[in-house]
Amino acid sequence: MTDKLTWRDLEVGNILLKPGNASERRTGDWRTERPVVDREKCNKCGLCWLYCPDAAIKVVDDGYYEPDLYYCKGCGICAEMCPKGAIQMIEEEEK
Amino acid sequence: MSKRVALEASFAAAEAARMADVDVVAAYPITPQTHVPERLAEMVANGELDAAYIPVESEHSALSACLGSAAVGARTFTATAGQGLELMHEVLFVASSMRYPVVMTVCNRALSAPLSVWGDHSDVMATRDCGWIQVFAENNQEAFDLVLWGFRVGEDPKVLFPVMVNFDGFTLSHVTEPVILPEQSEVDRFLPKFQYPFALNPDKPMSHGAFGPPDIYAETKIAQEVALRQSMEVILQGWKEFGEIFGRYYSPVELYRTEGAKTLLLTMGSFGETARIAVDRKRDNGEAVGLISLRLFRPFPLDQFRQAVKDAETLVVFDRCISFGGPGGPVFSEVKSALYDQEKKPRVVNLIGGLGGRDMPVKDFEYVIDRGREMASEGTTQIFETVGIRGE
Repeated sequence: MTDKLTWRDLEVGNILLKPGNASERRTGDWRTERPVVDREKCNKCGLCWLYCPDAAIKVVDDGYYEPDLYYCKGCGICAEMCPKGAIQMIEEEEK
Repeated sequence: MSKRVALEASFAAAEAARMADVDVVAAYPITPQTHVPERLAEMVANGELDAAYIPVESEHSALSACLGSAAVGARTFTATAGQGLELMHEVLFVASSMRYPVVMTVCNRALSAPLSVWGDHSDVMATRDCGWIQVFAENNQEAFDLVLWGFRVGEDPKVLFPVMVNFDGFTLSHVTEPVILPEQSEVDRFLPKFQYPFALNPDKPMSHGAFGPPDIYAETKIAQEVALRQSMEVILQGWKEFGEIFGRYYSPVELYRTEGAKTLLLTMGSFGETARIAVDRKRDNGEAVGLISLRLFRPFPLDQFRQAVKDAETLVVFDRCISFGGPGGPVFSEVKSALYDQEKKPRVVNLIGGLGGRDMPVKDFEYVIDRGREMASEGTTQIFETVGIRGE
């Protein structure tokens, strides 16, 4: 988003007139580790969804939880909180 | 009918804020503070001014409170001086970047150490790049006028910048002079209600103060720089309208007896009035000498300034501040760089004096003119010389 704006496009004082616009900003691009969910261990308790500070954990169709890597900053709180140890943080280099 | 009353500059500035019907005054009340907020606090307590008066615990908090107040669209005023201006330093930049049109008077004082509360320009010169509109008053009337004008210009939707009205510590701030106070109806005609287009309002949510990662920060700064330079149009319009209503006209570069002047002296602030007398004496003596008083410091009036000095042979710049280890006094180095690429320009020399409340009588300004002219004809390579400092 922001990389397309020129200085002429900015509002006075860089005010953002549209509230709740965080969903438009890609915040997952400085992540060094990403969470990977092991569905064998996951019991769908939802604590990762509850604790994620960026609301980047989404419920998927079958009731499991998955990180949305467009927003996930890789903080690892979900992995830390998971009572089943079902979330592992994988370094981004190890794709 | 307007009335002529005796006021010190601090009271005159407070009177201007009252007549501008400010909504919020946030200020730190203790030294190096002046009588400006003291008088305003009195007005609020006496019911002469319907405003929220917020006494805070520091100048940093004073300006921070002002930003919050301006963000909701309240007409906001504060005042500081010397060390107080330095303590608010980081918030100065936030105010201009977020485009909150706070008006602030700065009673110019020297900086510690050694501890000094007396006048010079060290405080304001340390804030040269803070992005505010910065003007200098020469007398108490101008302190009053420029505060009113500051609201008119800063709050204009085409500008939206904070305005710093500088007047000299003690020389003006604590000295009583006659000041003409206008009728309230005239002030109301000059100064419309503040209608901030981006006022915070729960019914119309928006975000002020988002952070700026590297892919956008540079663009925000260029936008700010362009906007400050473009504010010149409203600055001039504001002074024109002011003159039409109140009969006193102002310009970014004030000229005194500059017609045909071979030597020009440049000052800022109250010393201009003393320097005028020195210029008169020189003129009486048949010397082609004039005075330039730089009223508008930011945005720097490049065109008006270059126009004003182009026919002179020598420009003597008088600074009330040292730029330690720098290329001369702060005003001198700006003026010199404004002229560097001009084909027709005077030779520019620098004298520094009046530091920390040191008096500069008329004869000292005569010396500044004489010595400045000599320095120019000698082709001095010295960055600056001093006036009235022992040990030279």
